[in-house]
Amino acid sequence: MSVAAGSASELTRARVRSAWIFLTPMMIVLALVAGWPLIRTIYFAFTDANLSALDDTRFIGFANFLEYYEGEWYGLLVDPDWWNAVWNTIWFTVVSVALETVLGMIVALTLNTAFKGRGYLRAAILIPWAIPTIVSAKMWGWMLHDQFGILNEILIGIGIISAPIAWTASPDTAMWAVIMVDVWKTTPFMALLILAGLQILPTDCYEAAKVDGIHPVKVFFKVTLPLIRPALVVALIFRGLDALRIFDLIYVLTSNSRETMTMSVYARQQLVDFQEVGYGSAASTMLFMIIAVLVVLTLTVGKVRLGEEVK
Amino acid sequence: MSVQRLVGKVAFWALLIAIAIFAVFPFYYAILSSFRSGSELFTASILPDHFDFRNYVSVFTEQPFGRNILNSVVVAFTVVAISLFLGLTAAYALGRVQFTGRGLLLLTILSVSMFPQVAVLSGMFELIRTLGIYNSLPGLILANLILTLPFTVWVLTTFMRELPKELEEAAYVDGASPWTVVSKIFMPLMWPAMVTTGLLAFIAAWNEFLFALTFTLSAQQRTVPVAIALLSGASQFELPWGNIMAASVIVTVPVVILVLIFQRRIVSGLTAGAVKG
Repeated sequence: MSVAAGSASELTRARVRSAWIFLTPMMIVLALVAGWPLIRTIYFAFTDANLSALDDTRFIGFANFLEYYEGEWYGLLVDPDWWNAVWNTIWFTVVSVALETVLGMIVALTLNTAFKGRGYLRAAILIPWAIPTIVSAKMWGWMLHDQFGILNEILIGIGIISAPIAWTASPDTAMWAVIMVDVWKTTPFMALLILAGLQILPTDCYEAAKVDGIHPVKVFFKVTLPLIRPALVVALIFRGLDALRIFDLIYVLTSNSRETMTMSVYARQQLVDFQEVGYGSAASTMLFMIIAVLVVLTLTVGKVRLGEEVK
Repeated sequence: MSVQRLVGKVAFWALLIAIAIFAVFPFYYAILSSFRSGSELFTASILPDHFDFRNYVSVFTEQPFGRNILNSVVVAFTVVAISLFLGLTAAYALGRVQFTGRGLLLLTILSVSMFPQVAVLSGMFELIRTLGIYNSLPGLILANLILTLPFTVWVLTTFMRELPKELEEAAYVDGASPWTVVSKIFMPLMWPAMVTTGLLAFIAAWNEFLFALTFTLSAQQRTVPVAIALLSGASQFELPWGNIMAASVIVTVPVVILVLIFQRRIVSGLTAGAVKG
């Protein structure tokens, strides 16, 4: 008996040891590509580093963030362009994720009903998701073209607008153009996640509701929504965090326009175009901190269980 | 009641058609445009009326687009291979063995997949320059790992957890080494999960833009997304839309076909990556 128990714990020890051996290569690579660059970026945020001379940097404390110099405040925290980028990012995230959730819900509910050709429709909605972001930005850039775009053509044809709109260039519509393309591209992702949540729901309460003659809209709000809430919350968090770091779509569709500049676009512009590695790193560090705080909040509030038992 | 039902049915089918058009039309229109060149491009008709392959020829002759495709293929395949190998061994440890620090490790990996890419941009730039791989494919492979590795580990761990416990016990009792257990028992069982994860990682690497834009300099070293984004024509003021659409169709069609073939697997991989979190 004791011999068996002894060899069992021996086996456990051997397994734990091999687990660490298996983990080591992955951890080294992750430390190299994520940990180290992140630490260096945060370090650069406190220096006056310049892209042309990264080795020759001086530590300047919080001056990139905020500095009082000869009666004036300088730094990221008093830079109107930075705050503009922050508000653009928040506005983009809130509006696009809200629209994607509502539309994704509609698509998911539709796909959850039985009809002929359901498989084809599901395949069709995967197409926007599969198209590379840069390609969808270019595709839409062409459809939204001010002179030759098909969208202006159609809208003028059916009489909604009387003159062509410069969707991506005009300050009033640029952000809406970005949101429209993002909604087009990401709604399928939301729909599929919600659909996965819908498909594991028990069918008996729906049958009961049907027998009792309860209106489907009421069933949706009283039964479906509460039941898929956990899946929905996770999908929302993933999408929200993803939207906060948006870069590609905006860089290609509206480039450096002030109306659509987000935190990532701003940080890269400082870093690469203006070569201000110190200042740009300060902006990246701020974005990282914002997302880190949100992740920690979600993980604690959402009680995401990670340490659950191994089967 | 029957009139009401008919109206409901018509509304439902209208909704289905609206969803289908919304999903498919932009890509359909890109394909149409890619076959129009010169002034035909500016007709804005939604019906296929021209089949002119000139754009498909000029996109390869006016810039090293063939080379760009090759770059993307090399980068994406290498990144996927490295991620899958490291991911599988790590997933075995994280999914099958109970040890202290496991929860924290999983948390760290999940957090890294939430990183804004721009947060590592300057540090990665410095690293890549120090290693002497700026403006080269190894630099892009290194940078892309931050996108694919955490995700691969996470998804493979969720799949690994679901396999029955008895599988490895018998092997251990027979004195098999942990490496044998992973390579002989789990590897064959994990194939479907690895195909799914590999495909999703491939798409992520294939689409990556920010690193490829920042860490390459010459047109020869660009990957496909950067090449398309920076495609320019003879005139600086008018973009060569026909060429851009042709390039877009060339790089999108293989991905769309792959996704449609593996659609069930992809959906299960996506939900494993997110919902089960």
